[in-house]
Amino acid sequence: MKIQLRQIAHGRSGDKGDAANIGIIAYDDKGYNIIKKCLTAERVKEHFKGICFGEVERYELPNLRALNFLLHNTLGGGGTVSLKHDAQGKTLAAALLRMEIDDDL
Amino acid sequence: MRESIRIASGQGFWGDLIDAPVKQVVSGKIDYLVMDYLAEVTMSILQKQRIKNPKLGYARDIPELMRKILPQCIERNIKVITNGGGVNPVACAEAVIEVAKSLNLKRLKIGLVLGDDIKDRIDEIISSGCHLNNMETNEPVDNYKEKLLSANVYFGAFPIVEALKSGADIVITGRTTDTGLTLAPMIYEFGWKEKDYDLLSAGTIAGHILECGAQASGGNFLGDWQSVDNMADIGFPIAEAYPSGEVIITKHASLGGKVSYETVAEQLVYEIGDPSEYITPDCIADFTSIRLEDLGNDRVRVYNIKGKPETEFYKVSCSYESGYSAVGSLTYSWPNALTKAKAADMVLRKRLENLKLKFDEIRTEFVGFNSCHGPLSKQLKEDDINEVMLRVAVRSDDYASVERFGKEIAPLILTGPPAVTGFAGGRPKPSEVVAYWPALIPKKLVKPEIKIMEL
Repeated sequence: MKIQLRQIAHGRSGDKGDAANIGIIAYDDKGYNIIKKCLTAERVKEHFKGICFGEVERYELPNLRALNFLLHNTLGGGGTVSLKHDAQGKTLAAALLRMEIDDDL
Repeated sequence: MRESIRIASGQGFWGDLIDAPVKQVVSGKIDYLVMDYLAEVTMSILQKQRIKNPKLGYARDIPELMRKILPQCIERNIKVITNGGGVNPVACAEAVIEVAKSLNLKRLKIGLVLGDDIKDRIDEIISSGCHLNNMETNEPVDNYKEKLLSANVYFGAFPIVEALKSGADIVITGRTTDTGLTLAPMIYEFGWKEKDYDLLSAGTIAGHILECGAQASGGNFLGDWQSVDNMADIGFPIAEAYPSGEVIITKHASLGGKVSYETVAEQLVYEIGDPSEYITPDCIADFTSIRLEDLGNDRVRVYNIKGKPETEFYKVSCSYESGYSAVGSLTYSWPNALTKAKAADMVLRKRLENLKLKFDEIRTEFVGFNSCHGPLSKQLKEDDINEVMLRVAVRSDDYASVERFGKEIAPLILTGPPAVTGFAGGRPKPSEVVAYWPALIPKKLVKPEIKIMEL
């Protein structure tokens, strides 16, 4: 069945220079297994087409049932130079939680 | 050795809730109050203030805050640690001593950590072979050195520990890592050593949880945020630290907010890169080793932390002048709000083009429609859109172009699409753009310096 990622996970995002960091945390172990399979770096890059113009790095934190993504070339030059309304990528975790995934993997 | 100590976070950035540190002091038991005032660009703002007035260049909220908390802190032996000394910790300490005098306090010892400001040493550092290459672009700093507004080394916890060993009631530093403020009292109280990497990492991770204030205790919580109790009187986080490196994150019971597995986990993943290598001047902490246990009653146990030896470098944060920017906005109402806002943007851009102004970038966003999530935003029928705020931002090295842009916004009200409002703030003024330059410097080239000032 198709569900929205926000039903099984939460998270927080912020800036690291011109890169945004998005940490996604599953509410339980089943959720972590799903995000571990679904949220590949490629899938996340595709999701943020038109927002992220660089490479996407992905890190696993199984101890927190979490994944961390670094989205390079995403914030319009970084916190101080950026002209973006969301220059620090504060709303990008919520943007990732919009993703539709299969929960029966 | 004390069985445990309670370290309270009082501030997540300069501009955070002014009374948060006061509430941390008066609402229950704490042993240390730690306050992070410095973001990456703060140092450049403070440098400018010091150039205008040599008595400034620190977080000016500090003396007023001290007036409110100092008598209690002295009486109850609560030590205060802050990096709000900015680019002028000495002037900050002088101002605090003046406050102490006016409160008729009998004694006060302030420990200062200095030596992080290397702006005036750039030539010497370059000639020693360190070109402070930008960590993102690898470009040497040489071509930018005339434009530099600030250059500061991030020191870790150990200089603060030295100041505490001298008997300081308050420690005021320049650029110290946010995490070092929390780690230092643990090293001092529990006698941790420079090679106790697991313990140093445990204190560092506690510092990461505390460094953004209420972001660990229910603020900006993307989980079940509506379950956060009494956000109006939100309690900032407290780390109850033990000699074993185990830490319990909690808050004062009488204040609002929420400390749970989820609120702490969100802060743990905030602004990190490779979680297995969180690099600080003191150690490299491994976030993949962290175990969290929700004990209930706003208590979360953080344990099992592993770490590795520190690197041979300090991080350096430089800032430099990089032109000017301005932002203008207008609000268009139903019907056809988005179409009107888009048409106004086209009119504005045509006028800017006809004026032959020079911009590095012009950015248009439609607030209330897609400014946060861009192409991911839900497509709405035009008739369902109640209103849209047109937000246009420009950046240029040419001051005159940015200034002229500011004069082209308001005229759109009488000379553009209809049903428009929201121009009360006057013409947008050009602001100086300060760009950030992260670099590394060998530790042997800089030495923290401890100074004690007494009432």
